[in-house]
Amino acid sequence: MRITQGTFSYLPDFTDEEITSQLDYALGQGWALSVEFTDDPHPRNNYWDMWALPMFALADPAGALREINECRAIYPDRYIRVNAYDSRRGRQTVALSFLVNRPAHEPGFRLDRQEAAGRSIRYTTHSYALDRPAGDRYAPK
Amino acid sequence: MSEGTPRPLFALPVRGDPAAPGGDQVPAVPELLADDVTVDLAAERTSAGVDEIIEALDRDLVGLRPVKDRISEIAALLLIDRVRARFGLTAGPPSLHMSFTGNPGTGKTTVALRMARLLHRMGYLRRGHLVCVTRDDLVGQYIGHTAPKTKEVLNRAMGGVLFIDEAYYLYRAENERDYGQEAIELLLQYMENYRDDLVVIMAGYADRMDTFFASNPGMSSRIAHHLDFPDYSLDELVAIGELMLSERRYRLSDQAQQTFRDYLARRMTQPRFANARSVRNALERARLRHANRLLAAGGSPPSTKDDLMRLEPADFLASRVFTSS
Repeated sequence: MRITQGTFSYLPDFTDEEITSQLDYALGQGWALSVEFTDDPHPRNNYWDMWALPMFALADPAGALREINECRAIYPDRYIRVNAYDSRRGRQTVALSFLVNRPAHEPGFRLDRQEAAGRSIRYTTHSYALDRPAGDRYAPK
Repeated sequence: MSEGTPRPLFALPVRGDPAAPGGDQVPAVPELLADDVTVDLAAERTSAGVDEIIEALDRDLVGLRPVKDRISEIAALLLIDRVRARFGLTAGPPSLHMSFTGNPGTGKTTVALRMARLLHRMGYLRRGHLVCVTRDDLVGQYIGHTAPKTKEVLNRAMGGVLFIDEAYYLYRAENERDYGQEAIELLLQYMENYRDDLVVIMAGYADRMDTFFASNPGMSSRIAHHLDFPDYSLDELVAIGELMLSERRYRLSDQAQQTFRDYLARRMTQPRFANARSVRNALERARLRHANRLLAAGGSPPSTKDDLMRLEPADFLASRVFTSS
């Protein structure tokens, strides 16, 4: 199941050239770029790992693309995303965030039902990937 | 993207360079020229805007003949490369890492700034900004601190020029565990692998740079252009001084011109003479004395616009340079 998270998630995956154009746009807006990765694809997972430090004062997307490619080389089977942070006063939030890498095989989610008091049902989504230990979740078969 | 393997770094298209492969949307020159076509190089030169930059360089920077010659050569090479690419004669991007050697105040930083602009205009650099750093910005203070620090600086310099002032401080021969070596290794790696994205310029005093290159042969061999900045002659220093004054909207009175010349002739022989920087400092102090002199006169006679612009011999004669000898 192809997960869709962040901006552009319904588009086909970007090529490096398209990523560069987006990074270029973000830098043109004065946003700071950072790279993050994770192997927990749950949509409510806010705690992605930082790849290196956020890149402030970049002039050119080549440096950010280099970081992305280094991260891909080491974690080819994780989700990697780029965040563009808008530090302007009154904004101070991530303005753009999109996936630049995903595992070759994405097992998807199942729906868990929990029977609670009074015959009520609680629903939760559970990623099949999480059945394996961290760091080993997208190991090639 | 789903094959999950690392891919090679995509070669970024160079903006403003129609001959770059895989340029965005509409390539300006899609097909190669036929073998029997002739190209008007003069027109190419004008359209690239090289002349403006070379002329501005000639106008704004006094002296530095060998440096200007080398810059014209580099501009010519890049221009010819562009024309050659239109015939399909690609030689790969030339290596443009440089070392600037010379005494303090000979214009190394200023030329680096111009160089960045020129390379941008020629389509070699995408941005053409200058990132000035010293050892402190590259080398960390504890184990594992250096690499991220150096990488951050290199990332910032991508698409422009990285200017490393007093580069020889990176290497400390007396301490083999110095973290500077780590920064040098990273620099070498980037200078080799990201030649299209980054131009590194190392600057410093000639003799110490020689020692630095002698102990880092890999660095020396990756630097194609060694530019030596000569000291200025007295005439050139006077010309620099006049240029600086006209930028600040001041002028020298007729007598002051001779005094200024005498001042520089004496200052040149004294220790810690820093060429153009000393000229600038001298003029800053003359401005102080000029302001003080006008106020001390107590407003009689009333000052004219010319009084506010004109420096007199007295503004220079009060200097230590004249009193100490």
